[in-house]
Amino acid sequence: METITKVSIKEKIISEFELNKNSLFGDSTVRKNALDSFSKQGIPGRKSEEYKYVNMELALKGDFIFSSSTPVAVQTVEAASILKNAIVVVIENGLFSANNSKLGVLPKGLIIQNISDATNLDSFKAHYSNYADVTSDPFVALNTALASGGVFIHVAKSSVIELPIHIIHVNTCSVPTIVNARNLVVVEENAQATIVESFVVGTNSTKIFNNVLSEIVVAANANVKHYKIQDEGDAGNLVNTTQVYQKKQSVFSTNNFTLSGSLVRNNLTIVLDDEHIESHLNGLYLTKGNQVVDNHTLVDHRKPNCNSNELYKGIIDEKSAATFNGKIYVRKDAQKTNAFQSNKNILLSDDGTINTKPQLEIYADDVKCSHGTSTGKLDEDQVFYLRARGLSEASAKKLLMHAFASEVVNTVELEVLKNYLEAEISNRFE
Amino acid sequence: MLSIKNLHASIDGKEILRGINLEVKAGEIHAIMGPNGSGKSTLSAVLAGREAYDVTEGEVIFNGKNLLELSPEDRAREGVFLAFQYPIEIPGVSNINFLKTALSEIRAYKGLPPMEAKDFLKLVKEKQALVELQGSLANRSVNEGFSGGEKKRNEIFQMAMLNPMLSILDETDSGLDIDALRIVANGVNKLKTKENATIVITHYQRLLDYIVPDFVHVLYKGQIVKSGTKELALELEEKGYDFIKEEVGA
Repeated sequence: METITKVSIKEKIISEFELNKNSLFGDSTVRKNALDSFSKQGIPGRKSEEYKYVNMELALKGDFIFSSSTPVAVQTVEAASILKNAIVVVIENGLFSANNSKLGVLPKGLIIQNISDATNLDSFKAHYSNYADVTSDPFVALNTALASGGVFIHVAKSSVIELPIHIIHVNTCSVPTIVNARNLVVVEENAQATIVESFVVGTNSTKIFNNVLSEIVVAANANVKHYKIQDEGDAGNLVNTTQVYQKKQSVFSTNNFTLSGSLVRNNLTIVLDDEHIESHLNGLYLTKGNQVVDNHTLVDHRKPNCNSNELYKGIIDEKSAATFNGKIYVRKDAQKTNAFQSNKNILLSDDGTINTKPQLEIYADDVKCSHGTSTGKLDEDQVFYLRARGLSEASAKKLLMHAFASEVVNTVELEVLKNYLEAEISNRFE
Repeated sequence: MLSIKNLHASIDGKEILRGINLEVKAGEIHAIMGPNGSGKSTLSAVLAGREAYDVTEGEVIFNGKNLLELSPEDRAREGVFLAFQYPIEIPGVSNINFLKTALSEIRAYKGLPPMEAKDFLKLVKEKQALVELQGSLANRSVNEGFSGGEKKRNEIFQMAMLNPMLSILDETDSGLDIDALRIVANGVNKLKTKENATIVITHYQRLLDYIVPDFVHVLYKGQIVKSGTKELALELEEKGYDFIKEEVGA
């Protein structure tokens, strides 16, 4: 049975491509190569090493269409507009929405436009699909083949964009739909920007398979702060690829918060392709019900004298399952690398599952690398101490979970976002 | 206030307390002394409600209530306070936030409304001064990165904030230098009233120079083998615990 399902969704994707290949944006050769690569890889099954803890075949079981014309409710966009003061880009059902976006008058040095209108720009040509390797992952291939739309963001050399740029990915559909949104963010030399990506699904939407890919280029001396808030609810199945490419002396930080969603798979890759680069990766996932959340990260140290620091934390409740797979490559040239990684989990129920796997591959000899993982229940001594001061068991646990999460939340520099997350976390443990 | 009768308790099937009897009245300070392994810390843990210990026999009545039937938090709300021998570090939970929650839950238990923020801050300032705890420490995560002395002062600060009926100080003097000891003892003495009571658990007599007990009890092999007044502590200091062992053995 499963084999038949697998073939059928794959065939559907191929025929969808044949049907639309002439109307899709960008270079048709890039798309054709991507499709061929996808055909070769197929939808990963449970035997696939990279996808063994997340059942993609199940998520893609049944009938799907490839575009939704169900309009997204204004309230859904408003609810997702959590930053008071921001340049808001709305990607609705996989397409750039000029109507719902609130760009205002863009500051000097900033280009934001529908990605399908950006294909003639030099920086688009220079970077598009250069980093996300279609042969490395079937969903990168699928997205590159079928990407319907998205946003292109360009920050010119030495431009400092004060306002955060908030990309809201919102989908609503009446029949199960696969959405392939695609973004390209290029921050040129010595420039600075803050990018926030939100992922939401409209109320009353049926099942969405949202395959979003963002490539982020951080040029020399540039500084990019990146945040993701994933809150798609039960209808959401999200594969979210973030492919980052950093040049000399640049600083990139990313904070990934997974608050809800039936299935969430994050593929985060950061390539440090020059010297004196700094990368920070932080993640927090709060799971319950039957949720499956899978974070795969790859930090690729290619050159000497770079630092990377990674902290992922999760609180797993009920029957949910979380996976953390953190790869760090330190290549032969990458001497004097400092690479640190930590994954900590709290398991609240007996039925929850955590798979955690650090994977360090080090080919240079003069490096400092460390990794650590921990999984456990709440510390009983801490719970008792709080109860001995008059706190109920419930509020003691709530306080401790809040404290556990705050280590990641405190890395958020945007005050409004930090407050929002604090409130979300408090509600969660009410 | 507190009446302990024939209290037996064990952990992992091993009996530690073998029939403790103790009466504590309002206004009194009791010292419980004893060699290592005599059951001092077990007694404080059982009174605070540590679940790892099984009470196999006996009863503990606190102000008319069966203490052993109450959850740890309800014991605290009824007015029992344990100053831990090893205060727990809780990264990410601010001292102040935690005390605010504790205080409001205790007040809710007593049917009182939460304290006004202004009054709470005033109380914090006042009680901090009592144990000479810096403001910055009060705002930091509970005990995280505190020195030994700061942790113990923080225990007394919490005690001052919660204003308990019965305070149990479990080896509060251990690891303290003389200055810290003086500060801690001074705090305890200032909090002493005719209405509340204190049990000081200690290995050494030194603390009792500063917190002067009305009664001294010697705990040995899970039983109170000797009781007396403060002079007993001096005798113990002079002769060592061996003299008790000999006396009991004889």
